[in-house]
Amino acid sequence: MTAAIAVRGLTKRFSGRAVVDGVDLTVGEGRIMGFLGPNGSGKTTTIRMLCGLLTVDAGEGTCLGLDIRREAAAIKRQAGYMTQRFSLYEDMTVAENLDFVARVHGIPGRRARVDEAVARLGLGDRRGQLAGSLSGGWKQRLALAAAILHRPRLLLLDEPTAGVDPKARREFWDRIHGFAAEGMTVLVSTHYMDEAERCHAIAYIAYGRLLTHGTVAEVVAATGLAAAVVTGGGEPRLIARLKALPGVETATAMGADAHVAGGDAAALAAALDGLARETGAAWRPEAPNLEDAFIHLMAQSRDNFAAGEA
Amino acid sequence: MLSLARLAAMIFKEFVQIRRDRPTFGMIVGIPLLQLLLFGFAINSDPKHLPTGVLDADHGPVGRAVVAAMRASGYFEVVADFVSEAEVEDALATGKTQFVVTVPADFSRRVLRGERPQLLVEADATDPAAAANALSALEKLADGAAARALAGPSASLRRAAAPFDLVVHRRYNPEGETAFNIVPGLMGVVLTMTMVIMTCLAVTRERERGTMESLLALPLRPVEVMLGKIVPYILIGYVQVLFILVAAKFLFAVPMQGSLILLSAATIVFITANLAVGFTFSTIAANQLQAVQMGFFFFLPSIMLSGFMFPFRGMPVWAQTVGECLPLTHFLRIVRGILLKGSGGAEILADLLAIAAFLAVAGAVALRRYRVTLD
Ligand SMILES: Nc1ncnc2c1ncn2[C@@H]1O[C@H](COP(=O)(O)OP(=O)(O)OP(=O)(O)O)[C@@H](O)[C@H]1O
Ligand SMILES: [Mg+2]
Repeated sequence: MTAAIAVRGLTKRFSGRAVVDGVDLTVGEGRIMGFLGPNGSGKTTTIRMLCGLLTVDAGEGTCLGLDIRREAAAIKRQAGYMTQRFSLYEDMTVAENLDFVARVHGIPGRRARVDEAVARLGLGDRRGQLAGSLSGGWKQRLALAAAILHRPRLLLLDEPTAGVDPKARREFWDRIHGFAAEGMTVLVSTHYMDEAERCHAIAYIAYGRLLTHGTVAEVVAATGLAAAVVTGGGEPRLIARLKALPGVETATAMGADAHVAGGDAAALAAALDGLARETGAAWRPEAPNLEDAFIHLMAQSRDNFAAGEA
Repeated sequence: MLSLARLAAMIFKEFVQIRRDRPTFGMIVGIPLLQLLLFGFAINSDPKHLPTGVLDADHGPVGRAVVAAMRASGYFEVVADFVSEAEVEDALATGKTQFVVTVPADFSRRVLRGERPQLLVEADATDPAAAANALSALEKLADGAAARALAGPSASLRRAAAPFDLVVHRRYNPEGETAFNIVPGLMGVVLTMTMVIMTCLAVTRERERGTMESLLALPLRPVEVMLGKIVPYILIGYVQVLFILVAAKFLFAVPMQGSLILLSAATIVFITANLAVGFTFSTIAANQLQAVQMGFFFFLPSIMLSGFMFPFRGMPVWAQTVGECLPLTHFLRIVRGILLKGSGGAEILADLLAIAAFLAVAGAVALRRYRVTLD
């Protein structure tokens, strides 16, 4: 398997501050890589460097076998980039926007391809509508249509489904998998756990540093977390009490029940046993999920970052 | 290198957007129209019935005759009679009157005695063009009026050139600018104003609206983006030129001595030079407001120091030096030369080369400064 993205030590500084700091990232051809991390962690910045929109301060690597520093123009011809914020022309119609992109790429059979993209994304009724007057979800669909119009070999998607309804989201992911099956490589940033779970692999970035990557199962297992489900027993302040327990890192309400996780399985069990005796709440072990892993990673990276700053 | 298909895509896109942008579209037509009306008619039409005050300390026949003649010329309308210097000062300072005629005591008697007394006319010269024609009319009519008042017994005095000294106080006396001079000049002024600001906006708008990110992610070369933004406005510039030329011919009867083809050729160089300036500004300005401010920063010296507002030769050396660096200065000479004097290629060559040099520098700076990245 050849790598569609292979970068090492990717670094970007804004006024001296390293916003992306030595990121190593490898994505195999035809794979879907989820890119996760808290707000401001450097996802957008990383993606922009990959497609030549930001100069790279340090590090090196290739996209589609092309050097990201020297061959950005060639990368742009073969990559599709969907920006986090809608950045097509709001004062042009759906069809005009797509037509412009198609012309720039010099797509043969332009009209047919635009029609096809419009139809594929269900934009048919709206092709003559100004992009600025589309609702948020429809804007996302248009942006995606524009990004894939020239059938890129690499698709960079920056939070493509923010604000998109569940049905459209599912269709969107089905389509992404369809593209991947055809050999397109996809790097997609998201804050949604269910979307992360749909990726072949995920990478997690915080404070500009890549903390972990691998399949979902690998990432969760690497954290060494234990988790449990606690069934209420009518305790009104269950979550607050759970959070106060030693050994519990996170506690989330799931209806009347609660999901808890902690780094040390034995400590977690001891704490929950104590609570059960006191309040009559019951608990049983459960597999930790990706969200537990991320919250754990986020807390850890904050500690590291604080330590590094001090 | 440069792909014509991609360039065409940019140009087409710009036109789609220009068509949608009604206010800007309005500006394209509105600015030449407004300037034509303002400069062509309001400012340079021969202003008449200017408010005039009279301080007559003489109450004699000669003074009265002069004032009557002034009124009869149509340029002066007596709106106030003053009795004190303080009133005169006030009327001029507040702009209540544009002129004040002061007839000193014993004026008529001293004229009759042949003593050549002074007749003072004070003009509010803050707008010298407005007063210029009235003042030149004044010189002639004063002679005749005095002559008529002195008919009969004092006929001997009529032989003298003028029986009194007309003293005109004005701070600025411009060369005789006419509509023939102004309207062709407007072509350059309108183009400077609209071309610089419009390209400047065209690029900053992309940045401000966030569309730059998509645009930069597309495989467009800087020169394609730049030309794609410039070409539509060259065409728009020509529409404006045509508009002004038609108005010049049919509204103001400006003579057109030289070759309009030569003028078109010179115009394209001038338009492109301005567009390159606008493009350069757009690489510096962070938003559209700054872009407009920079546009004005360029426009003001252009209009002031190019010889459009004030006679070029009347300006101090430093101002002339700055003026020589501005494309409008040279374009004004070209337009006025071709239209009014019938200049040919040889006569305008030096000025055309100056604009071309400006274009080369501005274009190089614009291309150098244009970033293909967001940082
Ligand atoms: N042009 C810029 N100038 C200065 N700082 C910037 C610039 N662009 C981004 N940053 C900073 O870089 C950091 C990372 O930003 P980035 O947009 O990459 O985060 P992100 O992971 O995409 O966040 P989000 O999930 O909110 O989209 C932030 O702290 C941001 O303030
Ligand atoms: Mg982002």
